[in-house]
Amino acid sequence: MAAVKLLGFWASPFVNRVQIALNLKSISYELIEENLRAKSQLLLESNPVHKKVPVLIHGDKPISESLVIVEYIDEAWSDGPSILPSDPFARATARFWAAYITDKWWPLLTEYRTAEGEEAKAAAKEKFFEGLVLLEEAFVKSSQGKGYFGGENIGYLDVVLGSLLAWLRVREVTQNVTFLDKTKAPELAAWADRFTLNPAVVNVLPKTQKLVDFINSFTKAS
Amino acid sequence: MADEVKLLRTWSSPFALRIVWALKLKGVEFETIFEDLAKKSSLLIENNPVHKKVPVLLHNGRSVCESFVILEYIDETWTNGHPLFSKDPYEKAEARFWAKFGDDKLWLSVRGILFGNEAEQEDAKAQAREHLKYLEEQLEGKKYFGGEAIGYLDLAVGWMANLLSVLDEITGHVLIEELKFPLLWKWMQVFSDAPVIKESWPSRDKLVVKFRAMRDLYLAGKN
Repeated sequence: MAAVKLLGFWASPFVNRVQIALNLKSISYELIEENLRAKSQLLLESNPVHKKVPVLIHGDKPISESLVIVEYIDEAWSDGPSILPSDPFARATARFWAAYITDKWWPLLTEYRTAEGEEAKAAAKEKFFEGLVLLEEAFVKSSQGKGYFGGENIGYLDVVLGSLLAWLRVREVTQNVTFLDKTKAPELAAWADRFTLNPAVVNVLPKTQKLVDFINSFTKAS
Repeated sequence: MADEVKLLRTWSSPFALRIVWALKLKGVEFETIFEDLAKKSSLLIENNPVHKKVPVLLHNGRSVCESFVILEYIDETWTNGHPLFSKDPYEKAEARFWAKFGDDKLWLSVRGILFGNEAEQEDAKAQAREHLKYLEEQLEGKKYFGGEAIGYLDLAVGWMANLLSVLDEITGHVLIEELKFPLLWKWMQVFSDAPVIKESWPSRDKLVVKFRAMRDLYLAGKN
């Protein structure tokens, strides 16, 4: 069985995505913690295009981009529990929301943080919550009354969205806004707690205080 | 029960063209519904409420949106036709990686040339050339990005095979020179000549008119 290495960084939610996927499949791997201010030769060679983490190295083959890696893990370890659903339409729905979360919704948080002035901030916040409501609807449809997007068990969309929870919670603290608003998204709020405590997740997502300290160390340094 | 397949598209969208190609490669019969993006139909808005964009695939009444998502859906649904992906997970991962690269990086730099002033164009051109070097490497020893046959990545970056010549005509900037990118150069000819691809190209003259107008509008808006 070829060795598995993960080039990562503890605070990166995209690395966390891969870690959770590896845990779901019970895959043993070596985690190589990168210093993002002094990237290793291995990282630069394994991901020359983006020079970013996560990079999964399976044997001698590097794979980059968190969503690509998660699909790879699902397909390369096909005898473990499935991460994506098996039905093509359900897969398409999961991939659609994964792209929406990653490309459209998650960047709204940064848009909110960096928006200047009351109006801009309010507009960004509104867009964020509109998206949250869409995701709540998607959760209800996808979970079909069960605990996860994937149904009884964690699936692809749980991993994609759930990996962002640590940073979402940190931003709630630093921005003093309840982003995962129970009144707007009650099912998602309950799912978030459930997801965080899942065995495949519990030791992966960084704790809020550690991330707060991390952010503070940046702002002090600059 | 016969499949009912409809594709909401515009005549010029390179993203929708990917789906035309995929359906034709699979031999799937489908109905085309042309959208006017200035006056979006209720069919489009109902079936893609989140983005309100084309392409949208309607398969027996259910909608699939986002071109890469649709391509995967097509490959997983019509499994007897021409495969879009290799069976090998690593080759699949590579195809997905480079497809995303094509949209996130290369397409942006090409747009930078199309819509930029002279200084911006020079920057964008340098970037595009860097991006193209990576794609050139992916063609080593292959006829198509998919190997012996057209695959997912060919469909994902296939827009290059006609839009780059349109770009050349409008801006005078040539990106894929035979000497600099011999494999991409050859691929563009071979890909464009494949029957399913050849018969589906939108009118080049219309594309030139359209993009020229977009460029003029964009530059006027900046000044």
